[in-house]
Parts: sequence; structure tokens; C-alpha cells
Amino acid sequence: MIVRILGEGQLEVPESAVEELNRLDGELETAVEHNDDAAFRTALEALLARLREVGSPAEPDTLEPSGLIVPQEDATMAEVRKLLTDEGLIPG
Amino acid sequence: MGVMKRVQLVFRAKANKALDRMEDPRETLDYSYQQQLELLQKVRRGVADVATSRKRVELQLNQLQQSSDKLERQARDSLSAGREDLAREALQRKAGIQAQLADLQTQYASLQSEEEKLSGASQRLQAKVDAFRTRKETIKATYTAAEAQTRISEAFTGISEEMGDVGMAIQRAEDKTEQMKARAGAIDELMASGALDDMVSGKQDDIQAELDRIGASSSVDSELERMRAEIANTAPKQIEGTQNGAAGAESAKEPAEETANAQVVDQVGDSE
Repeated sequence: MIVRILGEGQLEVPESAVEELNRLDGELETAVEHNDDAAFRTALEALLARLREVGSPAEPDTLEPSGLIVPQEDATMAEVRKLLTDEGLIPG
Repeated sequence: MGVMKRVQLVFRAKANKALDRMEDPRETLDYSYQQQLELLQKVRRGVADVATSRKRVELQLNQLQQSSDKLERQARDSLSAGREDLAREALQRKAGIQAQLADLQTQYASLQSEEEKLSGASQRLQAKVDAFRTRKETIKATYTAAEAQTRISEAFTGISEEMGDVGMAIQRAEDKTEQMKARAGAIDELMASGALDDMVSGKQDDIQAELDRIGASSSVDSELERMRAEIANTAPKQIEGTQNGAAGAESAKEPAEETANAQVVDQVGDSE
């Protein structure tokens, strides 16, 4: 599966790793729901660290859309909230 | 559903909406390609802007460092001249500059990282745009409008995601650069106002003026001392009071001369 880290590009991730990534992502989502900044930071870092471990850079010229998209490392909780609606995207 | 899937769906929905607006799928390809080229231009300008901002901060860092070094030297000079008050003032100013320096260094690192990110984004987008151009020509040459639909959707969705990502990266870099410009402007103003020593113009500051004054007055003192000694030796008769004082001061070193001088005084007294 192709996973995009915003600001960094796409990674090719083996299907076997997806379940674990989803679990880490669940912690991120809970942190956002509880508005818990410290937990948010920890969860985002853990998710990205694991993703970089299991993933390898996708071919730069692939036009395949990503199956999952992860916020950038220095994203704030407010930025992530915006990404969950389409406010975070540049119009057009 | 987790954060990753929700963000992905938002990107996908946006691409689908744009696709729905297009009437002829093959026109979509050309229109999208134009947009991609425009975005490529924009991201390259973004890289150049961040680099300009970074260089300006670099220049200011150097200036502040020079100011700090100079104040350190002034503090030493003040102490050797016995002026602790002046040394204290110089060190206080140095502490202020050090705080500015630390802050600016953090900003500098952040601009550097923004420049790297944006330059990476520019390269990634370039690779995708090239791939899109090839795919576009193949699709147009091979398929009818109706047949092409699915393939166009795929290519468009892929490139649209990249464009959305790059668009946000440009926005973040612009925000950081704007903040930086405001800070750099504030430091330039401080330098212009003289609150920070301006190393470029070489304009003299008050601490240096005071140190120069101390230096000048101590050299005046030593000149005076030298002249007094000369006068005492060559013209004792004309300025008796001074000559007596000078003779007294020298008495410990030159007992023979003092005796001679005393005799002269006696003779002067006799003649009156």
C-alpha cells in the first residue's frame, strides 16, 4: 500500500504492517478527540517513526494515489483538525 | 476510521470534485497539466524566497556576532582602565545581543529546514509532472474520450494529491518567511536606531567613545608629566614655585641635584 507523509512524499508499505500502523493511528485520533496535546505529539511521532521503519520510498514518477495520508511531523493539532475537513487544503 | 484514512478521503474528495467539473476528459489532461506547470513555477519561487530570507538572517547573525565580540573587548578594556561601571554596561549590552542571537539562530535553523523541504517538494512534483505529461500523451494517442475516462481519473487523482501536498508546503513556507521578514525588519530597525552597534557603518558607540576618552586623557597626563620634568630640569629660575615642587618630588632620587637647586634658590634670594 502507498502511504503519503505530507511534506515528505509517498512510501511503499507492506500490507503486513498496515494493522500496526492503524493501531498507532487510533492513538493519534484519540489524542485529537481528547484535545490532548502531549499525547497527540507522542502518537504522531510514534506513527511516523514506525512508518519510516517499515516503508521504503515509492517510485518518484508513480501517479498512483495514496491509500493513507499522514500529517507532517511538525503539524499542530489545529492543523490536523483542519485536514480532517477540507479546510486544510488549498482551494482549486 | 483513523486520521490517516480521513485525510486521504479529504484529498480524494477534492480531486473527484475537480474531475466532475470537467466536461471532456481529454481536456482535463491539458488543463491539469497547465496547472501543474504553474504550481511548479510557484514552488520554485517559494524555494528562492526562503533562500533570500535565510541569507538575510545569516547576514544579521554575523553582524550580531561581531557586535557581541566587540562588546566583550570593550568590557576587558574598561576593566583594565579601572572602569567597572563601563565594563558592566558593555556586558549588559552583550547579554542582550546574545539573547537576540539565540533567537535568530533558532529561526535560521527553521528557515533552513523549510528550504530543504520545499526544494524536495519541488523535485517530487517535477517527477510527477513529467510522468503525467508522458501519460497524457499516451492516453490521447491511444484511447477515445469514453475509453480514456478511467485512466484519466487515475492520473488526475494521483497528481492532484501531490499538488495538494505541495500547495500546503508552499503555504507553510510562506508563513514562516513572513514571520522571519518581520523579525529581520525589527533587528534592522534596532541597528539603524543605534540600540545595536552597527558594525557595517562603523559608527562609534558611546562605550567606545568613553574608552577613547580615557585613553586620550591618560596620554595627556603622561605628556604633562613629561613636560613638567623637562621644565624642571631646564628652566628652574623662571618658575620658582613649580620648580620647588618638582625638585621636592625628585629629591629622593637625585639628592645631588637637590643640593644644587637649593643653592640656586639661595643665590636668587641673596640677589633680591
